[in-house]
Amino acid sequence: MKVLYFAWLRERVGVTQEEVTPPADVITVADLARWLARQDDAHAHAFEKPEVVRAAIDRRHVKPDALIAGAREIAFFPPMTGG
Amino acid sequence: MADASGPDDLFSVRVQAAPFDAAAESAALCAGRTDIGAVVSFTGLCRADAGADGAPLAALVLEHYPGMAEEEMGRHLDEARRRWPLQGARIIHRYGRIIPGEPIVLVLAASAHRGAAFAAAEFLMDWLKTGAPFWKREERADGGDWVAAKIADDDAAARWGEK
Repeated sequence: MKVLYFAWLRERVGVTQEEVTPPADVITVADLARWLARQDDAHAHAFEKPEVVRAAIDRRHVKPDALIAGAREIAFFPPMTGG
Repeated sequence: MADASGPDDLFSVRVQAAPFDAAAESAALCAGRTDIGAVVSFTGLCRADAGADGAPLAALVLEHYPGMAEEEMGRHLDEARRRWPLQGARIIHRYGRIIPGEPIVLVLAASAHRGAAFAAAEFLMDWLKTGAPFWKREERADGGDWVAAKIADDDAAARWGEK
C-alpha cells in the first residue's frame, strides 16, 4: 500500500510517499504507525508522539483503530491548520 | 434543472495557488438569481503576526493533500446543505506561498434569508479549520516553523455536533 506524509511528518520521514508491505499482524492504523516507527530513526522521529498524528484512508479521515485492510492510500499528518 | 448554470456551479470547491477576488466570486454566485435574499462572504487573510522573538512574518507557506482537500471540503458543503436551506455556496482555499495581507480562504453561503447564510458560512469555516487537509508553515527571516493547531478551533468545530 501507498503511505503519504504531510507537513512536519513529511520533513521528518524525508519522503512524500512510499510503498510499504507491512506484515499480517499490522491490522489497524495505529498498528501501521507503530510498525513504521520501527523502520528507522527518521520514521521513529516522525511517530515519536503518535497521539498527535492524524490519519486518512483513501482520502477520508479515520481514527487510530480503523482497519487498513483493502486500503490503497494511507496518509499520516499533523492536526490541520488551514483556513 | 433549466438554469444554465447547473447545480455544480451553485455549490463548488476550488483549491488553487492564485489569489481570488472575493467580490467577483460573490457576484458570480448570485448572477442572474432572484431567489437569493442573503449571501454571506467570509475571507480569511494572511496576518503579519510577529514571532516569539519579534521576527516579522515574511509569508505563510500552505501545504495541502491534493485530492483529499477538495473531497473533504465537498463533504463539508454536503453537510451544510443537509443542515440549512442554501441556494448556493462556494469555498476557495489557496495553497503555496501567501504574503501578509493576501487572502487565504473564501467561504460564500447564499440563502433566501440571512439566518441560514450566516450559520452555514460559520459552520463551513469551523469544519474547514479542523478537517480540511492544509498545513501552514510560517516563513521568517530567522527560519520559521509549522503553525500549531489551536484547541479553540477544535472547540469551535465541536459545537456543531458530530462529523
